Amino acid sequence: MEHGSFTNDSHASFTLSEEDHTLANAVRFVLNQDPRVTVAAYTIPHPSLEQVNIRVQTTGDPAREVFKDACQELMQINRHVRSVFDKAVTEYKAAKKLKEEAEEEELKRQRDLFGSMDIESN
Amino acid sequence: MVTKAEKQFAKNFNIDDLPDVPTGLPPHLKAQQTRVVSNNNAPLHTASAIYSGSYVSSLGVDDSVKLENFYENFKVDVISLTKTDMEFDMIGIDAAFANAFRRILIAELPSMVIEKVLIAYNTSVIIDEVLAHRMGLIPIAADPRLFEYLSEGDQANEKNTIVFKLHVKCPKNRPRLKVLTSDLKWLPNGSEFLRESGGSTSKPKTYTSFSCSQDSLPEFANNPITPCDLDILIAKLAPGQEIELEAHAVKGIGKTHAKWSPVGTAWYRMHPEVVLRGEVEDELAERLVKVCPQNVFDIEDMGKGRKRATVAQPRKCTLCQECVRDDDLVERVDLGSVRNHFIFNIESTGSLPPDVLFTEAVKILEAKCETVVADC
Repeated sequence: MEHGSFTNDSHASFTLSEEDHTLANAVRFVLNQDPRVTVAAYTIPHPSLEQVNIRVQTTGDPAREVFKDACQELMQINRHVRSVFDKAVTEYKAAKKLKEEAEEEELKRQRDLFGSMDIESN
Repeated sequence: MVTKAEKQFAKNFNIDDLPDVPTGLPPHLKAQQTRVVSNNNAPLHTASAIYSGSYVSSLGVDDSVKLENFYENFKVDVISLTKTDMEFDMIGIDAAFANAFRRILIAELPSMVIEKVLIAYNTSVIIDEVLAHRMGLIPIAADPRLFEYLSEGDQANEKNTIVFKLHVKCPKNRPRLKVLTSDLKWLPNGSEFLRESGGSTSKPKTYTSFSCSQDSLPEFANNPITPCDLDILIAKLAPGQEIELEAHAVKGIGKTHAKWSPVGTAWYRMHPEVVLRGEVEDELAERLVKVCPQNVFDIEDMGKGRKRATVAQPRKCTLCQECVRDDDLVERVDLGSVRNHFIFNIESTGSLPPDVLFTEAVKILEAKCETVVADC
């Protein structure tokens, strides 16, 4: 929900219900990197309320648009994190599998070596 | 010792070529921006000042982290990954995100957990409510993505409820019996307990209304649902004691009750950075190695009986500050952490592997943004 003014749309507060520091802090971080933003901050009015207020003031652009852009940018960041993470995990799993196979082969080789030696007769 | 590059630089140096205004951040500001300093009183420069225009733009410094910069610099290194534990490095991201992921992992990822326990018979020394609470804390190996939430007023059906039966009796003239999670039997057809009412109606009513058996569903056809660990002690029974109950597991999140949290815990720390200021040699080097409980430092033999301290394993440093408590060493050791390098740890309870949990956590943050964009 937006709390703005009719005359100046570059200043507005947004109330998000059922959200907390998890989303608000991340959105605030993204907003702060936007050169159009002069003030971006958030507050949780009371610990027993499931609600955050995010304040956005801009240099002139509509606060709503800037806020929306920040959310979209956050989404893109998340997508990138996910793809990089998934790639790293797949690579790790593949490397681990190769290592295990090599170890198994080495073990087998040693076993064959010991098998060919006749320890009893020595 | 003057290096070749330095000689070359000195040869070509001309004071008139220097720009009127220095470009880029001066080194001390750069250090403040990227490092947290932990000296012996308190951590310094802890807040991240990454916002557009946080440093004077006339220095030619653009602090607004552009999406392209992020795409280029963000890196993930998996250190270890097992069925339940994972450690990985997340480099090039702000604490705001690392913390969001951690919070979601703990409080907002769903899992299937026993919520209702119908006790038919309990003569054990563990009273009903304590027994029910213990049942709630058992992690269950069921993928929560295959189930729906059970809302208030909803009928318990095969899509939102998993039913387990526990019926154990310790026979007389036998030693005490341990009731383990392996005694929990999955009931794919739902509850077997009959509701008292009903009477003349044709079909006897139970506490769930499954329209089909869960083991006829493709997901569970060949892998029955069990607890994650089969050796958790639920109760002990003396000869003659008996427990008969039914446990209904439903989907939920850690915010409602910690039992639904799919992680034992999830945490992160910044990568520690230990720098020696100048050479630490001989007796002082030995003292430095000895004083560190984490074995961060090592001794390098320089020949002729001389020794030098090196930072061998900075990652092991816990910033305990034992080394800077020493009056001589405090001048020689710089402790700090890298602001955008996170060592992230996830301990799964077993319902899903930790790497899947992390991807799900990122998806949840994404979904949150999506709802906000759609609403405003």
